[in-house]
Amino acid sequence: MSDAAISLRDLGFFYSPEVWALRHCEATITRGRVFALLGPNGRGKTTLLHLVIGALKPCEGSLEVKGRVAFVPQLFEVSFDYTALDMAMMGRARHIGLFAQPSRADEAAALAALDRFGMAAYAERPFHALSGGQRQLVIFARALVAEAEILVLDEPTSALDLENQALVLERIAALTRDDGLTVVMTTHHPHHALAIADDVLLMHGQGDYRVGASRALLTEDNLRALYGAPLKRLAFEHEGRSLETIAPVLTPARREAARTITRSA
Amino acid sequence: MAFAAGVDSRTTHGPFVESLPILLHGLLFLLMLFSLTLGRYPVPFGDVARIVLTTFPIDAVGDYDNAPWVVVEIVRMPRILLVTLCGMALAMSGAAMQGVFRNPLVGPEIAGVSSGASLGGVAAIVLSWPPLGIVGLAFGSGLAALAAAFVLARLAGRGGALALVLSGVIIGGFCSSLVGLLKTLADPLVKLPSIVYWLLGSFAGATYEKVAIVAGVTLVAGTLLLALRWRINLLSLGETDAKALGVDVDALRWGLMGLVALLVAAQVSVSGVVGWVGLIVPHLARMMVGPEHTRLLPTAAALGGLYLLAIDDIARSLTEQEIPIGLLTSAVGAPIFAFLFWKTQSKGWMRE
Repeated sequence: MSDAAISLRDLGFFYSPEVWALRHCEATITRGRVFALLGPNGRGKTTLLHLVIGALKPCEGSLEVKGRVAFVPQLFEVSFDYTALDMAMMGRARHIGLFAQPSRADEAAALAALDRFGMAAYAERPFHALSGGQRQLVIFARALVAEAEILVLDEPTSALDLENQALVLERIAALTRDDGLTVVMTTHHPHHALAIADDVLLMHGQGDYRVGASRALLTEDNLRALYGAPLKRLAFEHEGRSLETIAPVLTPARREAARTITRSA
Repeated sequence: MAFAAGVDSRTTHGPFVESLPILLHGLLFLLMLFSLTLGRYPVPFGDVARIVLTTFPIDAVGDYDNAPWVVVEIVRMPRILLVTLCGMALAMSGAAMQGVFRNPLVGPEIAGVSSGASLGGVAAIVLSWPPLGIVGLAFGSGLAALAAAFVLARLAGRGGALALVLSGVIIGGFCSSLVGLLKTLADPLVKLPSIVYWLLGSFAGATYEKVAIVAGVTLVAGTLLLALRWRINLLSLGETDAKALGVDVDALRWGLMGLVALLVAAQVSVSGVVGWVGLIVPHLARMMVGPEHTRLLPTAAALGGLYLLAIDDIARSLTEQEIPIGLLTSAVGAPIFAFLFWKTQSKGWMRE
């Protein structure tokens, strides 16, 4: 397949030999599409991401990544109070020589990328002072500055309020649509995957992985099997468009359970 | 709306912040000239400036019958140069290490280099080596301490920042205990006082030979450290993110630590352990120009020179007998650090 950006063949990884975080994982991620990884915690989502970005090396099987990868970590915290521009500029790491400092051109590229995401006015603001959504946008700008072809996102919407979730999802879709990037992302929200992912990988863990088109695979049965909780797939009309979403089913008993969890937490 | 079309890249850091390192280096030069006037034999500032600007290279054969020339060029100049170079090197090293380890409490001694160099210096004193032998053994054992920390971190397996810090602590602690052992074994009348004095840190025995050693090391390692300073930003993002940006994290971290070890070993070998400079000055510099390392390192270097030179001036002119500078840097450093602590507490560390 010539349009494969990433291929996993019998991929396996362990942190300690008794416990495999990931095993016998097979998937092909198509260039220019959004690919979402779904599954409960501890089934290897983040491990798979770290393998793709090269922070971990496979213990068995093969992993082929064709193209430059940029990574957007979850909950981005930095030890130092860099400005948004400093952060975006770090995307130039592969383009700036080992002993060189960023040039005016690098700075201009970083500013242009910030501008793409509506963040140019925030260039001089401390990164810490930005909202979670704005930080995500700065890190997207950093990926653009890196001239990455594959963007790897670890739960890009996890720390965001509803407005910023919508904004970030829209930007992710735009990156594949307008820039031709390939996006690989993890998410705990099946409705986000349904909204923007072309393909999904359902990670049940320990050799049980299902890959396919998101519309075909994100069925109520599959999701119940994956999460062990009932979810409903709902179709509706919005401004003349027919859309679909996935919502958890909270029965009164379930709601009671949820309240107990909140109280104990 | 957030779309600001006309953001001027020139206003990025503001003209003041951009020119601050140059200003500070100018100030440093003036303080060096002023420091040359200090001492028992009075030489006015104007004469000092004239002597310095007309004598080049510094160690040239000059007018040995001319007392002011001898005082400025032969007696005081080596010390001023040595102090300035060491201050710059320590501050830059501290700024680099705080970035590499993403930790504001880290100083340049992180890999046990100071303790290793101390051990070498003390051993050389016990063996009655000549001054340059002390310098050589201290320098060599400082680097050996880094190598030992490196091997230990590798043997431990995973590597990573924590393994490095821990192996540095282990090697440093071991070297300190050996220093203590040598102190108890040393002849209490002859050797012990010079060991204690050497360990307290002093620039009193400055010579052009020592200047040459420190200047050579600082020129090479300091230049490389400065050249790599933007990459410290990348390391400070953390291991996973830095790797994803294409950084060879392990190689870069060890490279930076190696350079810092060279600088610290050179400093300790000529003047004993001078603490706190590499810890405090980077914080002061960060308050002035922010945490971004392309701006931080040059600023820290200038401030380090200013700071150590000012303290050395106090050390040699406050009382009749010279105060060991290591004592003063801690005595002055601790309150300054307490002030910084109080000042930054509300905003959290590193957010100066």
